[in-house]
Amino acid sequence: MRIEFDEPKCVAAGQCAMVAPGVFDQRDDDGVAIVLDATPGPERFDEVREAAAVCPAAAIRLVEA
Amino acid sequence: MNRIVVVGASAAGLAAAETLRREGFAGSLTLIGEEIDPPYDRPPLSKQILASTWDAERLALRTLDQLTALRLDLRLGARATGLDRQERTVRLSDGTDVPYDGLIVATGVRPCRLPGPGAHVLRTVKDALALRRTLRPGTRLAIVGAGFLGAECAAVARGLGCEVVLLEPAPVPLAHAVGERIGQVLSQAHRDHGVDLRTGVTVTGVTGAGVSIEDGEPVAADEVLVAIGSRPNTEWLESSGLTLDDGVVCDEYSAAAPEIYAAGDVARWHNPLFGVPMRIEHRTNAAEQGMAAARNLLNPAARKPFAPVPYFWSDQYDLKFHAYGYLRGHDVAEVVEGSLADRRFLAAYRKDDRVVGALAVGMPPKAIRPWRQAIALSTAWKDLR
Ligand SMILES: Cc1cc2nc3c(=O)[nH]c(=O)nc-3n(C[C@H](O)[C@H](O)[C@H](O)COP(=O)(O)OP(=O)(O)OC[C@H]3O[C@@H](n4cnc5c(N)ncnc54)[C@H](O)[C@@H]3O)c2cc1C
Ligand code: SF4
Repeated sequence: MRIEFDEPKCVAAGQCAMVAPGVFDQRDDDGVAIVLDATPGPERFDEVREAAAVCPAAAIRLVEA
Repeated sequence: MNRIVVVGASAAGLAAAETLRREGFAGSLTLIGEEIDPPYDRPPLSKQILASTWDAERLALRTLDQLTALRLDLRLGARATGLDRQERTVRLSDGTDVPYDGLIVATGVRPCRLPGPGAHVLRTVKDALALRRTLRPGTRLAIVGAGFLGAECAAVARGLGCEVVLLEPAPVPLAHAVGERIGQVLSQAHRDHGVDLRTGVTVTGVTGAGVSIEDGEPVAADEVLVAIGSRPNTEWLESSGLTLDDGVVCDEYSAAAPEIYAAGDVARWHNPLFGVPMRIEHRTNAAEQGMAAARNLLNPAARKPFAPVPYFWSDQYDLKFHAYGYLRGHDVAEVVEGSLADRRFLAAYRKDDRVVGALAVGMPPKAIRPWRQAIALSTAWKDLR
C-alpha cells in the first residue's frame, strides 16, 4: 500500500492523525497533515483505510498493491 | 442480507457504500443519486470554486477507477420518490422499483429560498458555477444570511472585487452558534474587509432589483444570494411510516427502523455523548455517520452507538475556524488561550457543568487536541478551568 497525499486539498481537520497516529501527524503552524510513513506495513492497513475514508477533503488516496 | 440500497450519492452515501464493501459485503449494492455528477465535495464550492482557484474536476471525491472497484449499481440522475416498506422497494422517478433488504438514507438537505425571482442559492456545483459567473469586480452582491455559508461567500466575493452587502436578522451574526463575543469578532472581520454588514435586518423577498426589507427601504443589488439555512430532503419518505421531524429520526445507532439507517445532513439521531437528538450539517459527520450506519446495518448483533464529537471548519478571509463539539445552546463561552483582539484564540463552551465544545482560530493542532479529548470524555468544566 502506498499513500498519496494531495496537500493543497487538506483542510487540517486532523481526522487522519486521530485515526492513524503512527502514519499521519499535523504541522504545528497550520495543522496541515504530514505523512510519517507513506508505505505503512499491513498491520496498519485498517487504520489507514479508515483515515482515507474519513478525511473530509478526500486528500488521502491509497494505491493498494 | 443480499441487496443493499443507498439513496443519496454524496459524502454520506459514498462513505456508506465504501464501508459496506470494506467490511466484506459482497451482495448487490445500489447507489442512487439525483445529481448527474459522480460524488463530489461541497465545502470547496463556497471557497476554491467560487474564488476560481480550482476547476470543478478537483471536486470529485473518488476517481472512476475507485468507483468501479466498488462494483456499484450506480444510478445517477435518478430521484427516489417513494419507499414501500411492506414490499421493501424504493420507487424511482422513472417509475422503476428497486428492491432492498437493507436501506441507507443519505439524501442530505436543500437550501431554503425566499419568494421572488432570480436569486442564487449555493448547494450544488451547478449553483456554484452559476454564481461564480456573475461575480466580477464592481458587481453588487446582496447576501441574505450571515451564517457560515453567507460569511464565506462574502469573503470570497470581496476578494473578487465585488461590492458586498450582508444582511442578517440577528443583532450579532452566528451568536447562537459561537457566542456573542466571537460573533462580534466575525462582524469586525467583515467590516475590516469592506463588507457592508447590516444586522437586525429581515429580508422579506427578492425583487429582481435587489431585496425587500421588513419595515425598511429595499436594498438594491445586481445579484442576490440566499443563504438562510436548509431543509432535509425527506419528502420521498412521507408515506413510508418512518418518523420525520426536521430530518429522519433515528436512534443512537443511526437506525430509523431495523433494516433502515440514515446518515449525514438528513439524519436526526440521538447522540449519546451529549444525550440529545441532533442533526448536523458538517462534512466530517457525513462520512463518519455513513460509515457507522453501514457497519451497524451489516452487523446487527454487534451494533455500536454513534457518539461522535462533531467537527467542522470554515474559512473566512485569512481566518480558519475549527469547531469541535455541540456549541448550540451553550451557557458560557470563554476564551481560554490567545486573544480575540489578535484573532488567534481558543474558546471553550460550557453547558451545565461540562465542556461541550471548543472553537479555535489560528491555534496549533496540539493546543486543540486536549479540548477535543475533554469533550469526548464529557469532562467536568471545573476539572479544566
Ligand atoms: C457551499 C457549502 C460549503 C460547505 N462548507 C463546509 C465546511 O467548510 N465545513 C463543513 O464541515 N461542512 C461544510 N458544508 C457541509 C457539507 O458539505 C455537508 O455536511 C455534506 O455535504 C453532507 O453530506 P450528505 O451526503 O449528508 O448530504 P448532501 O451532500 O446534501 O448529499 C445528498 C445527495 O442526495 C441527493 N438526493 C436528495 N434527494 C434525493 C432523492 N430523493 N433521490 C436521490 N438522491 C437524492 C442530492 O442530490 C445529493 O447529491 C458545506 C456545504 C455547502 C453546500
Ligand atoms: S483528515 Fe484529511 S483534511 Fe484532515 S488533516 Fe488529514 S489529510 Fe488533512
